[in-house]
Amino acid sequence: MAALFDYSAQLLEGAALTLELAFTSLCFGLLLGLAGAAAKMSALSWLRQSAHLVSNILRGIPEFLILLICYFGLSNLINTHFAGTLTLSPFAGGVVALALVFGAYASEVFRGAFLAVPKGQLEAARSYGLSRWQIFWCVQLPQAWRICLPSLNNMWQNLLKDTSLVSIVGLEDMLRKANIAAQFTKQPFVFYAAVAVIYLLLLAVSNPAFAYFEKRANRGYASPA
Amino acid sequence: MDQLALLLSQSWPVLLDGLWISLQLLLLSCVLGFALAVPLAVARSSPRRWIALPSRLFMSAFRGTPLLVQIFILYYGLAQFEWVRDSALWLLVGDAFPCALLALTLNLAAYMAEDIRGGILGVPAGEKEAATAFGMSRLMVTWYIVVPRAIGISAPTLGNEIVLQLKSTALASTITVLDLTGVARRLSIESYTTDALLLAGLLYIVIAAVLSLLTRYGEARLNRHQLR
Repeated sequence: MAALFDYSAQLLEGAALTLELAFTSLCFGLLLGLAGAAAKMSALSWLRQSAHLVSNILRGIPEFLILLICYFGLSNLINTHFAGTLTLSPFAGGVVALALVFGAYASEVFRGAFLAVPKGQLEAARSYGLSRWQIFWCVQLPQAWRICLPSLNNMWQNLLKDTSLVSIVGLEDMLRKANIAAQFTKQPFVFYAAVAVIYLLLLAVSNPAFAYFEKRANRGYASPA
Repeated sequence: MDQLALLLSQSWPVLLDGLWISLQLLLLSCVLGFALAVPLAVARSSPRRWIALPSRLFMSAFRGTPLLVQIFILYYGLAQFEWVRDSALWLLVGDAFPCALLALTLNLAAYMAEDIRGGILGVPAGEKEAATAFGMSRLMVTWYIVVPRAIGISAPTLGNEIVLQLKSTALASTITVLDLTGVARRLSIESYTTDALLLAGLLYIVIAAVLSLLTRYGEARLNRHQLR
């Protein structure tokens, strides 16, 4: 247990990197998800079909394999085209892979949520003379947001857990710090258990956060009973 | 595409071996995980706290931490203790394949138990009352009425869990199990390309598609008494 104290600063540093990776991937993943949902609802059939195809492919491959493909594939690409001048960090590779996976799931959730916004809302907004951008930003997005929050909570928790995979390609996240500490102290159980507890805590914190978001997003609606 | 075909023609025996290991992990962990999930879900739904609490703790522990961390705890972590290495448990966690299987099973059991718990909550009260009125004991009501109905109700999510589990088996490669991902990683390191990884990805998609068809068929069969 004393060893755990010696390495606590290292572990916390790793936890900070884990969170940084998760939030960066979340931002890009949400953007990708929105773009994917837009493509899936596009009037162009080739765009619709290819968006469905891509998201189905991404959802059928193990996250770990996607990470390996992104990291090593992009590294190879960069090596052949910009030999020596650029390298891909594990962090960037992790963000690309995690954002792609998150975006693939998010596009389906967003599509469902946008379709669930009542049509009358759109017609009303249009007859008020709002521009398309205004309709999207002030009418559709807040209502779709409310509908997809519970699924987003699930997806965020999966994303946070998936960040642990990036330690395999060498990101100095919490799990890799625990690996290093375990090798030095010969107490692997202590460190891996500590990592598990930190993940439990991080996930436990996100539930109340989402409850708050949901309450805020639902403030225009009468609560049942 | 030509490169992938060439790779497939050259190294299909190893890829097939890897695929077989992945399927074994999937099948065994699904059967064992399901067998474990039913009692867990029943215990979790018990009104008595001392029965519900252990299964609740188990479920939140396994659902709240990454599978990779669970695998590392079982495979590397437990080896820290001498009493584990001297006990029968070592047969399970001392070797990579049984250890990966154990982690996948426990993880899936936690997720499936949560799904079945939802199903148990969804069993109509009238059916339980009718069974009690027929003179069934509480154990009989649970075993003959609640559990089968709960499994039927949660069948779609359980099927989904099986398809997701295929993706989880890829993590076995992190502790040296040569499953499909493990084989692909080795091939890709040997050839300095990502072709093998892409090929493995394709294989995963095909299996996932077959699995989702199978689970949809199973679901329809499980709820066939309701189809009109």
